[in-house]
Amino acid sequence: MTVETPDVLVVGAGPAGLAAADAARRAGAQVVLLDAAADAGGQYWRHLPKERPAAHERVLHHGWDKFTALRDQEVLTDAQVWLAERHDDRPPTLHVLVGASDGNGRTPRTFAPKALVLATGAYERTLPFPGWDLPGVFTAGAAQALAKAERIAVGQRVIVAGAGPFLLPVASSLIRTGSTVKAVLEANGWSRLRKAWTARPTELPRHKAGELAGYLRDLATRRIPYRAATTIIAAHGTDRVTEVTTARLDEQWAPIPGTERREQVDAVCVSHGFVPRSELAVNAGCRTENGAVITDENGLTSVPGVYAAGEITGVGGADLALAEGVVAGLAAAGHHATAAQLRHKTVNEKFADRLEAAHGIKPGWTGWMTDDTIVCRCEEVTAGDLRAGAEATGSRGLRSLKLSTRAGLGVCQGRTCGRTVEELLHRHTGGLLDPGRTENRPLAAFVRMGELAAAEKETP
Amino acid sequence: MFVDGVPMAGLDGQTVAGVLMANGRLAWRTTRAGRPRGVFCGIGVCHDCLVTINGLPDVRACQRRAVDGDTIATETGTGAQS
Ligand SMILES: Cc1cc2nc3c(=O)[nH]c(=O)nc-3n(C[C@H](O)[C@H](O)[C@H](O)COP(=O)(O)OP(=O)(O)OC[C@H]3O[C@@H](n4cnc5c(N)ncnc54)[C@H](O)[C@@H]3O)c2cc1C
Ligand code: FES
Repeated sequence: MTVETPDVLVVGAGPAGLAAADAARRAGAQVVLLDAAADAGGQYWRHLPKERPAAHERVLHHGWDKFTALRDQEVLTDAQVWLAERHDDRPPTLHVLVGASDGNGRTPRTFAPKALVLATGAYERTLPFPGWDLPGVFTAGAAQALAKAERIAVGQRVIVAGAGPFLLPVASSLIRTGSTVKAVLEANGWSRLRKAWTARPTELPRHKAGELAGYLRDLATRRIPYRAATTIIAAHGTDRVTEVTTARLDEQWAPIPGTERREQVDAVCVSHGFVPRSELAVNAGCRTENGAVITDENGLTSVPGVYAAGEITGVGGADLALAEGVVAGLAAAGHHATAAQLRHKTVNEKFADRLEAAHGIKPGWTGWMTDDTIVCRCEEVTAGDLRAGAEATGSRGLRSLKLSTRAGLGVCQGRTCGRTVEELLHRHTGGLLDPGRTENRPLAAFVRMGELAAAEKETP
Repeated sequence: MFVDGVPMAGLDGQTVAGVLMANGRLAWRTTRAGRPRGVFCGIGVCHDCLVTINGLPDVRACQRRAVDGDTIATETGTGAQS
């Protein structure tokens, strides 16, 4: 088997990875940029495939011109990194399968890069609630992806709920694909929002404020209510969602009794935040905090030669991802970022802190859970099963409780429920002995046994 | 493409999930406990949207581009890598 040894390997072709590869190439490095998706752009620049060019991508995408400038570089698409073989003193060896996603008979390739930039992004965290597994309940990102890349509206009468400014572009995209958005519900109250968003006004990037104001105008002109301190606490229906119950929340996100309201919908989009997609970094030996990869100001992780950029290092939006990408890409190519480039990054980091201060998850959400609410969607484990499991075994080990309840052990490898399972068990056991294991996934992707065997045969 | 034998039209470049949803399907898999599932995360994370494509089981419909003539079979009772 041939092992390829580029100067810089960049994993992930979202804003961070595109910027990193571009910067490293400009600095003279020989670069390979790869992504598991069929197209470059990541979660941010999603677009109709090349086969269906659209005249008005610019309307749906902020920074579209930036993207068209960056995407003019070679990207190895449909390339899934499934294993990072750890070496500790240097970048890991990465095993990649190239071909249509989840196919069999994909082509294996192996890379031992001199420097590695991990730009694998983040995915959404959606807290469970009764009925959240009914068809018609989507993550906000799913609605966004379907609107941007497929021009599909997830429903005709939709409520968008959860926490964070991300709910706003989602509502705007829904409106543009023809849905009626009945309301946008933000779990946090006005006092927390006002405090975090108006603090240090000079540090709020002006274009960011402008973008958010634009979304709010979209809501206002259509008289769509934006309700603070409110959320969806249950979804109802037999084979699809037809109604939801909303309720007001206190400052800790506990539902306030007596404020429940029923609303008819045919879809809901729910998002409570993002989780860094850090499994490759964890496998490479990089240190993390709260799931986010820790880096120095140049994007260097705790493993020599391994850099990280974008939402894998913490969630702060596409601008921060771009800024971090430039800095990490330059460093990976052996160059230093300029003072201006570093300053640009700091401005955006402060934006990330603001997001957490305004919208971070509060513990009262367990108040809307019932015993028969599903927590793990793959293995269909309920909140009651988790509590019973903890009580019956008396165990305080996350690993053993996951094994006995099957929570988080399904095909998604606990990506959807892992943190939630951990938090619930933490409470039931009075403190877990081995918290934080959720990001530990030996394989970064689902691989078929046949492909595994074929890839192994190639390994010397 | 054909879904459980029924022809369905889609646009070039749409994912299998996109074609299903554009044709009014919201759910196409049932779990072991018999609950219906379709797209949830839309970005390849949750594995709710699994289908069998041209005989190959457990393909994420939201990640796979539809190809002319694909035969899609919906799945029942699947969970972990069955
Ligand atoms: C579903 C979703 C929709 C979003 N929509 C918006 C939006 O409309 N507006 C907005 O402001 N923000 C949006 N965000 C936030 C957005 O993620 C960030 O602002 C921005 O995209 C972060 O850039 P990034 O480069 O760090 O990561 P991403 O853009 O997420 O890019 C990471 C890339 O890495 C690839 N990757 C991950 N793991 C592997 C692997 N093992 N092998 C190969 N490739 C891999 C992925 O395929 C992906 O393309 C969205 C987030 C999500 C999850
Ligand atoms: S909808 Fe989540 S993986 Fe396809």
